[in-house]
Amino acid sequence: MRFILRRLGFYLIAFWASITLNFLLPRFMPGDPVSRMFARSQDRMQPEQLEALRKLLGVDNRPIWEQYAGYLQNVLTGQMGVSITRFPTPVTEVISSQIGWTLLLGGTALVIAAVVGNLLGILAAWRRGGAIDSALPPVLVFIGSFPYFWLAMGALYLFGVVLGWFPIRHAFTDGLEPAFTTEFIGDVGAHLVLPALTIVLVSIGGWMLGMRNTMIATNSEDYITMAEAKGLRPGRIMLRYAARNAMLPSVTSFGMGLGFVVGGALLTEVVFAYPGVGYQLLNAVQGLDYPLMQGLFLTITAAVLLANFLVDILYVRLDPRVRSN
Amino acid sequence: MTSVILQQPTEAKAARKTNRGFIHGLITNKKAMTGMAIMLVFIVMALAAPVLFPGDPSRITGMASLEPDGEHWLGTTAKGQDVLALTIYGARSSLLVGLTVGFASTFVGILVGLASAYFGKFIDEALSLLTNVFLLLPGLPLLVILAAFLPPGLGTVILVLTVTGWAGSARVLRSQALSIRSKDFVAAAVVSGERAGRIMFREILPNMASIVMGTLLACVIYGIGAQAGLEFLGLGDVSTVSWGNNLFWAGNEGALLTGSWWVFIPSGLCIALVAFALALINYAVDEVTNPRLRKIRKPANTERSAAQ
Repeated sequence: MRFILRRLGFYLIAFWASITLNFLLPRFMPGDPVSRMFARSQDRMQPEQLEALRKLLGVDNRPIWEQYAGYLQNVLTGQMGVSITRFPTPVTEVISSQIGWTLLLGGTALVIAAVVGNLLGILAAWRRGGAIDSALPPVLVFIGSFPYFWLAMGALYLFGVVLGWFPIRHAFTDGLEPAFTTEFIGDVGAHLVLPALTIVLVSIGGWMLGMRNTMIATNSEDYITMAEAKGLRPGRIMLRYAARNAMLPSVTSFGMGLGFVVGGALLTEVVFAYPGVGYQLLNAVQGLDYPLMQGLFLTITAAVLLANFLVDILYVRLDPRVRSN
Repeated sequence: MTSVILQQPTEAKAARKTNRGFIHGLITNKKAMTGMAIMLVFIVMALAAPVLFPGDPSRITGMASLEPDGEHWLGTTAKGQDVLALTIYGARSSLLVGLTVGFASTFVGILVGLASAYFGKFIDEALSLLTNVFLLLPGLPLLVILAAFLPPGLGTVILVLTVTGWAGSARVLRSQALSIRSKDFVAAAVVSGERAGRIMFREILPNMASIVMGTLLACVIYGIGAQAGLEFLGLGDVSTVSWGNNLFWAGNEGALLTGSWWVFIPSGLCIALVAFALALINYAVDEVTNPRLRKIRKPANTERSAAQ
């Protein structure tokens, strides 16, 4: 319990830090974001909107502490202002309409990569010097060396443009009405294959090597020898004795990976024009939509922190050493 | 005190011996040599770029979107620039930024990690908290936000990448420094009244050379990859020639949709090769310093695999 409370305190501090960063950035950066934005969209913006924006981004004459208190209050009550590029939709609404797609894409890719990668790692460590152990790691490391977006563009070109097997952009075919029909779900699935596949391809090597190296350490433990001496089946020793104890670092990576789900899919989403939060973040940056930018960053951070907190709770369940401390 | 004085030379001798073993291990390691050979080719390429292709690499030298032929070995872009010249010049900016970011974030990581481990208590708590917060903040979105608010330029790219990249190395270096901090020779140095800076940099740091090297390589890989990503999103300094910017322009000019694969392949391949080479060296360092990961010739294991 104390462990969980301490972690909770840490995540609250981290969240506070990101809010404060968000508050400070527009105020201490050279140039005035509101004027830059105003120059871009003169005809569309009303004077009172401009005033609200100035308040949000701190280009007003109140003392900085007062501004900070107001900003904190706004964020904590979920008031993140109104999007500029999608005027007059509130920022929170824009975000909630898109985070689902990001979770779908990132979640699918993460689960596939983690499960397959860990299994490969277990097998590689169990049969050291075997086919999986000697052939796969160099290949996966080499693939992992490619920039995400480059690999994604290559896959898009090969499978989307040249071969035409998969759709090349968006999360579902334009004009299709979102509904729980087999047609729509199939369409979403088809749009998901390429982006998810590219993420799996570049991230699987990390899972595999991490698991392999922990497994090698676990394999030399005495209880493995003991299990062998007892004459247990090798498959049982591998999964129930060795892999089970080598899982813990992977669980931590999974928490970190969940963070990647929300934030790291940005490049993939951009390449495939997938309508998630990462794609929206880039659009917001290009459109100088500061309220949306800040809202997205806070949402992404909050999601990452929450995911890590959940993994911490899981950790207490999995590792008795944490509980006894 | 005599034991302390006696102890130091032996410690130093041991360190030198392991160092020589380390370098020997790297030279005889196939992965390390492959990685270093690839890196050498790229560094020579970057240095020789003005000799190979005199003049501005982004000037227009031919028709638009030419396929690779005898005159333009890698074809031309949609603007008519020579792709080979752009790729070779791209190595300059990409390697420069990658190495600078790598060294800067490793340096910050060393400072924070050593200070954490050496001073302990409140300083450790505070620095660890800072490190963990930075580790947890989602990197790419933070990168994008920072790049959006700062004025564009090479300095911004380096600064932003260092800000988002130092935390990982700080955490690794701290835990290593902590274990060395508890060794007797550090306690001896403290007792003999050496200054904090000297203990941190002359006593502790040399004993974690291999970890520092691994961290540095990882940071350079991060720097090169993240710079390319940032530039691909159009958030870098668009006026310079680098691999990331080449890909940004390739995407912008629709190179793939028109089928000009030759514009798109070289820069990505270069990034991958450099990252792969650095990763190879990194694994080699790991193998040389961590005996558990070396090729095993233990009879117990061969018996097990034979039984299966």
